[in-house]
Amino acid sequence: MADAIDVEGLIKRFGAVTALDGLDLRVATGEVHGFLGPNGAGKTTAIRVLLGLMRADGGSARLLGGDPWADATALHRRLAYVPGDVTFWPNLTGGEVIDLLGRLRGGVDRKRRDDLIERFELDPRKKGRAYSKGNRQKVALVAALASDVELLFLDEPTSGLDPLMEEVFREVILEEKRRGDRTVLLSSHILSEVEALCDRLTIIRAGRAVETGTLADLRHLTRTTIRAELTGPVNGLAAIAGVHDLITEDGRVAFDVDAEALEPALKSLVEAGVRSLVSQPPSLEELFLRHYTRDSEAAR
Amino acid sequence: MTGTLGLLRLVLRRDRTIMPLWVLVLGILPYVYVTGFETLFGTAQERIHYAQISAANAGFIGLYGPLHGDSLGELTVWRGGFLPVMIGLAALLMVVRHTRADEEAGRTELIRAGVVGRFAPLAAAVLATVLACTVMGVIVAVTLIGEGLPAEGSIALAVSYAVSGWLFAGVGAVTAQISDSGRQARAMAVLVLGVSYVLRMGGDISALGGGRLDWMSWLSPIGWVHRVFPFGADDWWPVALVVVLTLATVGASAYLLTRRDLGGGLLAGRLGPATAAASLRSPITLAWRLHRGLLFSWTAGFAALGLVFGGVSTSVAQLAEDSDSMSKIFSQLGGTDSVMDAYFASIAQTCAVIISCYAVQAALRIRDEEQTGHAEPVLSTDVTRWAWAGSHLVFALFGPAAALLAEGVVAGVVHGDPGPVVASVLAQLPAVWVLAGVAMLLIGAVPKLAAAAWAVVAVAFLILIVGPLVQADQWVLDISPFTHVPHLPGAGFTAVPLLILTLIAAVLGGAGLIALRRRDLPV
Repeated sequence: MADAIDVEGLIKRFGAVTALDGLDLRVATGEVHGFLGPNGAGKTTAIRVLLGLMRADGGSARLLGGDPWADATALHRRLAYVPGDVTFWPNLTGGEVIDLLGRLRGGVDRKRRDDLIERFELDPRKKGRAYSKGNRQKVALVAALASDVELLFLDEPTSGLDPLMEEVFREVILEEKRRGDRTVLLSSHILSEVEALCDRLTIIRAGRAVETGTLADLRHLTRTTIRAELTGPVNGLAAIAGVHDLITEDGRVAFDVDAEALEPALKSLVEAGVRSLVSQPPSLEELFLRHYTRDSEAAR
Repeated sequence: MTGTLGLLRLVLRRDRTIMPLWVLVLGILPYVYVTGFETLFGTAQERIHYAQISAANAGFIGLYGPLHGDSLGELTVWRGGFLPVMIGLAALLMVVRHTRADEEAGRTELIRAGVVGRFAPLAAAVLATVLACTVMGVIVAVTLIGEGLPAEGSIALAVSYAVSGWLFAGVGAVTAQISDSGRQARAMAVLVLGVSYVLRMGGDISALGGGRLDWMSWLSPIGWVHRVFPFGADDWWPVALVVVLTLATVGASAYLLTRRDLGGGLLAGRLGPATAAASLRSPITLAWRLHRGLLFSWTAGFAALGLVFGGVSTSVAQLAEDSDSMSKIFSQLGGTDSVMDAYFASIAQTCAVIISCYAVQAALRIRDEEQTGHAEPVLSTDVTRWAWAGSHLVFALFGPAAALLAEGVVAGVVHGDPGPVVASVLAQLPAVWVLAGVAMLLIGAVPKLAAAAWAVVAVAFLILIVGPLVQADQWVLDISPFTHVPHLPGAGFTAVPLLILTLIAAVLGGAGLIALRRRDLPV
């Protein structure tokens, strides 16, 4: 099956500022794709270019087999979008907004709409101004999820939701995923959410993709932390390329090790004799922190 | 009140371009009138003659207020009779901008969480506006005295202008507490201003013909301002009346502030329908929901204007019968055959310039929807940009038509002969559309300067009220689209200028739509 989103070398400038600097992004049909990056990395700009709201200055972008700028409205019939910063008309109720946006897209599944409103515990009778940020987010989510579309753009959809509602959101997305034909591009800062929902993810920084792949792929790139109590002295550990921050004292060792150096490092521990061993898998947080920090260093 | 001074500085800093601009322009306008009159009249005799004609012209009296003398100062006061309304408008917009609009945007919440008293943001906004109006008054007094006008009259005029601004700053402060959106607060305050103006207008025109509706002027604070009669009676007590009312409104706004929560208004939001009506399914029905309030208000307001204009037309007719020589002068002046025609022609022109504000307001809704983020969800559905912008333009083009039609029909029916009156206002539409077209072009091509469309309306308005007086060159007068509309009723109807204006409006609007289709959104 063709990719739902295929972006190559996308460039978007705002005056002197380069928001997208050769972005590559590929999202296969039916997958939930995590889209991560620090604030201002260009996530929202990329989504706006894909929606045909903004015009790219360079590179190519294909969306559901079409051109996002030229075929905008035809493509919009097949997708739904939840903006990151949602505001609605003060004199329309949440229910009216959901129905309106659904109809503008071609139709609302009445049963699904009511079901979603119930699950998100949304009062559809309130007017736009009376909603809190979280409730506005729910209106946008219900409006997007209630229409039968092939592709969902979700720009930080759970910011402002309480943990219970976040759980509901995850359930709903997992149900979508099980259907197998809905593609989701999920921009998020909540790592547990990305971990729970996404098949693959792309990390962008300063308008460029810096990592892309499955979670397992990305984990592979990070270090495992190992602490062990040994029965004898260990030799040659420090000499192994890929062992970092080694601390040895009173027969105890602690170090970080790259994935490819894991085997020789463990071998040398076994040779010394292991009394106990704790290994900590690389966390997603560390992965992001590495990229996010590098970003702020680069900015400096 | 803690922190008021700091916030005052913030208000002045944020308004550093727009505020000095209106203070300066409105402040020197009386001086422009004086110099205009000085060049216009070679002799005192000519001036007195002009004053006599003007004092009896119902259209002029309606627009500018009563004229009770023939000195240079009194003519200036009379000619600047619309300034209190403009000053009031500037003042109420400034107060609402720095109170309710800030609160709606969430900025006030941040401010109030600091070491800032409950009343400080309101006090800072009102103080800054009062200060601005006062500075404007000083400019009026200094320039007029410098031009050799009597000091007492110059100061009386300056003070009457300044207190008009003070009062409507207070009105804006009250409506900012009542409603929970800047848009609504502005609309309510403008309504108060409009009603004040219309009451004054009706009362003054009625008084001119010895009618029985002259008490209407006394219901209007704008009417009070006109009763100071600078350079004539120099009455100060109406000023005291306005100041008392100002204190009352400011006090009321402070009281109302204590009766509500931050972010909320006194008009509580009610629950609405849980599902949308079956009709709410297209950009145009959405636009109807967003524009209908404005459309009803303007149409109702203009129907009320029509009632006043039609109602006092008998006084105008009376006047013409009383003085045969007067009607001869009118026909020479206006190029029309009757006093009645001249009256309705000047009414049509005034209505057209006022309704241009609505046309621009409705067109700028496109930009507003873009900036507030309301457009993004709509444009990410199966709705083209043209359909989206077009749905708002429909109201910018035909909303003013509805309001003008309402005014024309009501005024015409009350007067007794609707046909020519309706034709005279509807003939103005192409000129109104040109201004809507300018707004659309700005929105599409230079969105960040879209608000400059208001400046274009202001220029057209200035040309209308100052242009002929200062004997501006024809090319200056020609800048305003309203110059090109045939003066109906009376003057011969010619379709060509109307067709050309319509064409210009279409080209401007079309270029704006094309630019909108090609640019990023939102910017």
